[in-house]
Amino acid sequence: MTDDMILDLQGLSKAYGEAVALDQIDLDIRRGEFLTFLGPSGSGKTTTLNLIAGFIDPTTGSMLLNGKPIEKLRAHERNFGVVFQHYALFPHMTVADNVEYPLKQRKVPKAKRKEQVKQALEMVRLSQYADRFPKQLSGGQQQRVALARAVVYRPPILLMDEPLGALDKKLREWLQLELRRIHRELGSTFIYVTHDQEEALVLSDRIAVFNEGRIEQIGTSHELYDQPKTLFVGKFIGESSVFKGTLHDGVVSAQGLRLAGRGDIPNGPAAVLVRPEKLEVSEPSGSQLSESVANRVPGAIDDIVYLGSSVKYNVTTEIGDAVVRVPVERAVDAKIGDSVLVGWATENAVLLVDDEK
Amino acid sequence: MNDIRPLTKFILGIGAVIVAIWLIAPMFIVFPISFSSDASFQFPPREWSTRWYESFFNNQQWMRALGNSAVIALLSAIVATAIGTLAALAINRSESKFAHWAQTLMLTPMIVPPIIAGAGIYTFFLNSGLVGTLFGFVMVHVCLAIPLVVIAVNASLSGYDRSLELAAASLGANRVKTFFQVTVPLIAPGVAAGAVFAFVTSFDEVIVSQFMVSPALQTLPMMMYNSVTRTTDPTIAAAAALILAAVILAFFFFQFVVTPLARRSRERVGD
Repeated sequence: MTDDMILDLQGLSKAYGEAVALDQIDLDIRRGEFLTFLGPSGSGKTTTLNLIAGFIDPTTGSMLLNGKPIEKLRAHERNFGVVFQHYALFPHMTVADNVEYPLKQRKVPKAKRKEQVKQALEMVRLSQYADRFPKQLSGGQQQRVALARAVVYRPPILLMDEPLGALDKKLREWLQLELRRIHRELGSTFIYVTHDQEEALVLSDRIAVFNEGRIEQIGTSHELYDQPKTLFVGKFIGESSVFKGTLHDGVVSAQGLRLAGRGDIPNGPAAVLVRPEKLEVSEPSGSQLSESVANRVPGAIDDIVYLGSSVKYNVTTEIGDAVVRVPVERAVDAKIGDSVLVGWATENAVLLVDDEK
Repeated sequence: MNDIRPLTKFILGIGAVIVAIWLIAPMFIVFPISFSSDASFQFPPREWSTRWYESFFNNQQWMRALGNSAVIALLSAIVATAIGTLAALAINRSESKFAHWAQTLMLTPMIVPPIIAGAGIYTFFLNSGLVGTLFGFVMVHVCLAIPLVVIAVNASLSGYDRSLELAAASLGANRVKTFFQVTVPLIAPGVAAGAVFAFVTSFDEVIVSQFMVSPALQTLPMMMYNSVTRTTDPTIAAAAALILAAVILAFFFFQFVVTPLARRSRERVGD
């Protein structure tokens, strides 16, 4: 436990009878960071958030806030902020009353309450709606009120459970930027749950990838994208091509091909993971692959998608489907159905244990 | 082509009016009869007077019965509303598979024929000396009214978002504060409806009360029932008119105060 750590989760698990929702996770949360819990539904990310918030009790493990255990504290004693997916604004109170509610619970003097409510509403840019009822606002506005309400009392940690999940794409993108701004302004610790990996990449300082009740990997967006530690993380974050085979003495054999990538893993079932921009595709003649591209897999073009600045090729091979993205000026002269080679330089691919059933 | 043709609409309208008159008119006949000057149920009355109202308000027995009924109905409504509301909340929140059995059990007083319930209660109350007591009346009427409260509160809970309670907790409110500051205001319309139903149920209860009355404790509906079976004293018409007026007032209260409130809170909850 160091000074820059705010919350320390140790051996935390939650079981519902036989079903294990969360399986012995350890996690250090740093002061002031924007940490995202990313994972598919049922992976344990929301369970972890609810445990931190105090909405459910852990089966085992402990939670230390600045070194002090909090798992015995009830939700209303923890002094964290929580933003819910469906806003959870009190429908019988105005916007201002909603934001004032936590301050009233804390017996803040009236004059100070009014001032803090005003500031919080200014922060989310909704001052002119103070006297409206939540029902009279749009979804995005309601979520901003919920955010103001959750931060008006300056909680050390703000917990958010898919707060943008109910909003449309454009609004979501704008609110992501707003969240980043508010995080910078407040300087408090944000913990954010989402299943949307793009959202996680945009928002987070660090991302914890959850799968089946465990944390697979925790790191910066860049680390997770460039150096995934498991096949699950590699496939969940960003686009990738995965070629499967058997590893022996640093070489993956698959259908008579010999492939390689970075990383040190035990012999056995293995996967080579390559990002679309690190993969090259040849012309039907087989030319146009760089010399450094030592690993080559034959396949057939399944689809070509023009994306403006780049062109995406979906190539089917016998050992896995490949996605190649090349800048538009380096597009190859090929059409759907053509036989081509896809290839990569060894240092541009990651070797991972193939643990998929 | 789902629009109703004007002629069909017209015929339906006439039908509806006939049914409405058929249902409601007999009730309103007590108003003119209560203002008759004859000592019989002559309709239409030959002459008008308020003598039966005078008779009603000057007769100690009638007045005491009215007072008893009002007190019993008020107490029953308060107790039934408190218990019924808590029961509805508990059933609504329970994750136990027995919750819906509990719900069915709560509703049995509506299903069991009152005459049977009355006989059973009489046997029990006779042994415990509760016949003809205020406490006994209130207990019985509470039983009869609880199902109505449970149904009304349950309806208001169907649109109630429980994450509001988690939100209140996260904002620093304990369970008790959350209940009174968040839960109660939002289910208030259902609770009020339940209270009105409970009051009316108790106020006009005759069948079970028949087993309960004693010369010392008469309720208004029982007095009326006895009066109409033994005499042709139109004082009963005055009493009936007063009850009907009270019920109509309660209905208007429900229609123009409770329902708009409920609609407003629903609109706020909705997306």
